[in-house]
Amino acid sequence: MSDVIDRPLPEAEAPAKNRLRIIDCDVHPSLHARSDLNPFLSKRWQQHMKTFGDHLRTPYIGTTPYPRSSPLIARRDAWPPTGGPPGSDLAFMRKQHLDPLDIEFGILQVLDMFIFSQQNLEFGAAIQRAVNEWQLAHWTSREPRLKAAILVGQDDTEAAVAEIDRCAKIGQYVQINVCPRANEPLGRRRYWPIFARAQELDLPLGIHVGGYGGHAPTGGGWPSYYVEEHQSNAHSVAAQLSSLVIEGVPERFPRLKIVFIEGGLGWIPATTWRMDQHFDRFRDEVPHLKRRPSEYVKEHFWFTTQPIDEPDEARHLRSLIEWVGVDRLLFSSDYPHWDFDDPRFAFKTPLTEAERARIFNGNARALYKL
Amino acid sequence: MARHIVARTTDIPPGGNKVVAVDGRDIVVFHVNGEFFALLNRCPHEGAPLDKAACVARLTSPEPGVYQRSRVGELLRCAWHGWEFDMRNGQSYFDPARVKIRTYPVVIEDGETLAKGPYVAETFPVHIEDSYVIVET
Repeated sequence: MSDVIDRPLPEAEAPAKNRLRIIDCDVHPSLHARSDLNPFLSKRWQQHMKTFGDHLRTPYIGTTPYPRSSPLIARRDAWPPTGGPPGSDLAFMRKQHLDPLDIEFGILQVLDMFIFSQQNLEFGAAIQRAVNEWQLAHWTSREPRLKAAILVGQDDTEAAVAEIDRCAKIGQYVQINVCPRANEPLGRRRYWPIFARAQELDLPLGIHVGGYGGHAPTGGGWPSYYVEEHQSNAHSVAAQLSSLVIEGVPERFPRLKIVFIEGGLGWIPATTWRMDQHFDRFRDEVPHLKRRPSEYVKEHFWFTTQPIDEPDEARHLRSLIEWVGVDRLLFSSDYPHWDFDDPRFAFKTPLTEAERARIFNGNARALYKL
Repeated sequence: MARHIVARTTDIPPGGNKVVAVDGRDIVVFHVNGEFFALLNRCPHEGAPLDKAACVARLTSPEPGVYQRSRVGELLRCAWHGWEFDMRNGQSYFDPARVKIRTYPVVIEDGETLAKGPYVAETFPVHIEDSYVIVET
């Protein structure tokens, strides 16, 4: 990589039929204000939201336990000129993100109010439904490039399945989202009814990093710093990949597709190699697994690319992409968050046209049937 | 080296900036502490527009609990990933030897001088009572 970018931006667009358009698998829309959800909430839950608000297992109300780099973890240039938080203004999102980066489709990942981790399960169920309705009313019905996900908090499995069924009847959603930090590891059987429904409906299961499951975010305990906590995104999803595979979820649900979102890439080869190594030695402990863990990973799991790893030597990123597999990767930007990846510049290693076509478009198009 | 008249000095208020297109490149001109600095308007990391960067101060601390701010507004903190650069020479703070932003020399000349020189492009209205910011590329 050149250390000084001083080339002009590419002038002319490639001809429309040849150009590679981008499918962005991680776009964060935001509520302008919590009251945006009122039209989708009964009086009882509107009143509850106003009076009691969130019950999350986190020490502070209205902010995160670790101050995160920038206000609302957002790019400083992403605050809409019309006011409101980054990601809350569709017109500005089009102007700043969807149009200039030629985004063909953007998969929405709603983090507002973190429905997955609400400790009042009934309130959680009410706002998960409201958020799912709000995605259609405020976003996908107004902008066909954007696609919604069915958000469900997996700890109330029954409510989650009911919500999946309600949304599936509407048919506008491309994914079912659960959280990587819940009360138990994701592979546990209490969550299997959700996986059964996802397989039945042929909707990928999306797992975006974050959440407040009540446990320390690392196996080693509570981090002291944001930069330390940020590492735990990778730890969490590595733990969940192991849990899902070793508990036998892909074996039990052979058509289930699972997407890890915003977990990065670097941890995947190491986790998979070690699972294989231990499987080869201790397979008698887990006779429900019929194949080596890496085989399940290569068939059932996809990984979004952001935050793309930036090793000092570009060829190491190249190796990493090959180890994970080009067919497993889905480009994501994380717009409008501060650690946004720009599809034109984020990959500091050369990719062939065919590889670019798969990572930036083809893999997601096939997975989400776009 | 080509010279481009890009603005009147009064077009860019102190603490502000202006993005100008010069030969297909976007160049951002900052006005800070009475000086003007011109840099390519793209972060060398992922190309973020630097006109949206936070203009911050150098912060030093000789001992715990004591800190000093200096060069207020002369350091850029990119709006995306927070990479920091010295506006004066484009050098990054975390890896000055390898990572920098392309900078361009800036001069201020008054309109009277320009009117006499060869740079009176027909398309530029020249008011000889003003001063102009000239970027050299």
